[in-house]
Amino acid sequence: MAGDDFLRWLRREGRIVIVGASLAGLRAAETLRAEGFAGSLTLIGDEPYEPYDRPPLSKAVLLGKASPHHTELPRRREIDATWRLGVAATGLDTAAKRVRLADGDEVAYDRLLIATGVRARPWPRESEARLDGVFVLRTRDDAVRFRRRLDSSPGRVFVIGAGFTGSEIASACRERGIAVTVAERADAPLVGALGGVIGAVAGELQREHGVDLRTGVMVTALEGDAAGRVRAAHLSDGTSVETDVVVVSLGATRNTEWLAGSGLGAGPRGIACDAGCRAFDFRGIVTDDIFVAGDVARSPHPLFGYQFLSLEHWGNAVTQAETAAHNMISASSERRPHIWVPAFWSAQFGVNIKSVGVPGMGEQIMITQGSRAERRFVAAYGYQGRVIAAVSFDNARWLEFYQRLIETAAPFPPDFATVDRRAEGRAPMPADFPDPSLPTHGPTVTLSGYSPADRRLVFTPSRH
Amino acid sequence: MRLVVDLNRCQGYAQCVFFAPDVFALHGEEALVYDPHPDEVQRERLARAVAACPVQAITAEGLDGTGETGETAAGTGEAVLHGR
Ligand SMILES: Cc1cc2nc3c(=O)[nH]c(=O)nc-3n(C[C@H](O)[C@H](O)[C@H](O)COP(=O)(O)OP(=O)(O)OC[C@H]3O[C@@H](n4cnc5c(N)ncnc54)[C@H](O)[C@@H]3O)c2cc1C
Ligand code: SF4
Repeated sequence: MAGDDFLRWLRREGRIVIVGASLAGLRAAETLRAEGFAGSLTLIGDEPYEPYDRPPLSKAVLLGKASPHHTELPRRREIDATWRLGVAATGLDTAAKRVRLADGDEVAYDRLLIATGVRARPWPRESEARLDGVFVLRTRDDAVRFRRRLDSSPGRVFVIGAGFTGSEIASACRERGIAVTVAERADAPLVGALGGVIGAVAGELQREHGVDLRTGVMVTALEGDAAGRVRAAHLSDGTSVETDVVVVSLGATRNTEWLAGSGLGAGPRGIACDAGCRAFDFRGIVTDDIFVAGDVARSPHPLFGYQFLSLEHWGNAVTQAETAAHNMISASSERRPHIWVPAFWSAQFGVNIKSVGVPGMGEQIMITQGSRAERRFVAAYGYQGRVIAAVSFDNARWLEFYQRLIETAAPFPPDFATVDRRAEGRAPMPADFPDPSLPTHGPTVTLSGYSPADRRLVFTPSRH
Repeated sequence: MRLVVDLNRCQGYAQCVFFAPDVFALHGEEALVYDPHPDEVQRERLARAVAACPVQAITAEGLDGTGETGETAAGTGEAVLHGR
């Protein structure tokens, strides 16, 4: 079949399979139908639930303002799909174009979308991870279990890792009057994502709200009692903390194991894809029938030096899914690049934290508006003389303006005179990110892959 | 009914809080919390909140009982908006 004929056939009666039935999978399915895909659509998900939203699980759900059973995502439209829920995909045969399922079934596809996301990194010592009272928080089931424990008023909650999720959990516990200890390997919370300058503010916030924050320490062991319940956490500084609940918040692992042997360029950092969301095989050759979206994807971004970005961001999953779906059923000339400017939000200790761009690339930071002491400010991050990211604390309305600066590679330090600028904001300072070779809890933005100077994998997507 | 708020887009204008105070609340100065699964009795108020949001950040399902959505920029529209 000639290309055009194939596309017409695909759109009319082709088979599209989506593996991973969560945010990215659902939004992709809706986009396919919205753009006129009339063939068969199958969604495969290992969780037994229809797609639900995760961000409330560490916020409204823990505060008792939402039920962990009811964060199902609203549908934008009918998708007329076959759902295979509660069954994992266990293998992929790219030559035969079939997905193997855990129940022995095989599902054939003409186009495949992989949206298998990430899972919580468990506590590395299995016997300790199995202790009663040790939790992770990624799924609806995790949230149901953890919320039930919180509702029984534990004496103390011990959080390992002060990334966004860990900090949000600590915040919710404090709001419920539960004693909290947070242990973080870096010198402050959120350091991996936002750097030391902002991390220091996040640390003050935690302490002001009564969190027993321990930084620069590692948890060396979890101790259980005779009944197999956790009773204490031991730290690298020789201290230990008695606790009846431990939440392991050490970041996430990409769900790519099921692709072992498939020939795709899939590994612990995710699945590499081009800016059009097409997966690379392990030789570095781009496929044309396998697409990737959401937390499991790594894709190059022209605004950020064509580095491969892995983003565990809600908005990225939505936008990349829409782009992948569009490209799956479009001719080459009509495809779009996924060049969404990364954006993220977090609510903790009553403060709305938002960021745009890639703070982790920042060499310098400058408080451009407001003040850290008031917990209300915007800070811009600079990289090689341009604005590369911004973060706001209770100042979200300004972020769009900074997004524009990032998109147009505006100079850093920014030279606008109109915004209010306090004394502390006049000078850029080092953004103070930890050495990336020393992992913290796992930043939400990771940079990896090759730079343009190192031409092995670079290609240039068109901009529209 | 189901709803989700695109909190990247939300700017904390709190219009939704005004129209449906039992569904939406501000937590602190501008962090929005909401019930993603509000009761049927909230339908009218939720519909007004969806319509009033100045940045169309709220997607709801079940507002008119047909499962249709409250979001106008479904599918590609939103991708174009964010995708520059
Ligand atoms: C507690 C929490 C709070 C968060 N808060 C925020 C926030 O405030 N702001 C923000 O921007 N982002 C936040 N996020 C991140 C956001 O939820 C994710 O970016 C988003 O869920 C990514 O969607 P996804 O569809 O790519 O992946 P996922 O939601 O991870 O979905 C992947 C799905 O695929 C399934 N799967 C995996 N392997 C297989 C297989 N082999 N076969 C079949 N199915 C499989 C998984 O079980 C899962 O259901 C938060 C996440 C969590 C967990
Ligand atoms: S009205 Fe819209 S922008 Fe305002 S708080 Fe509600 S969702 Fe956010």
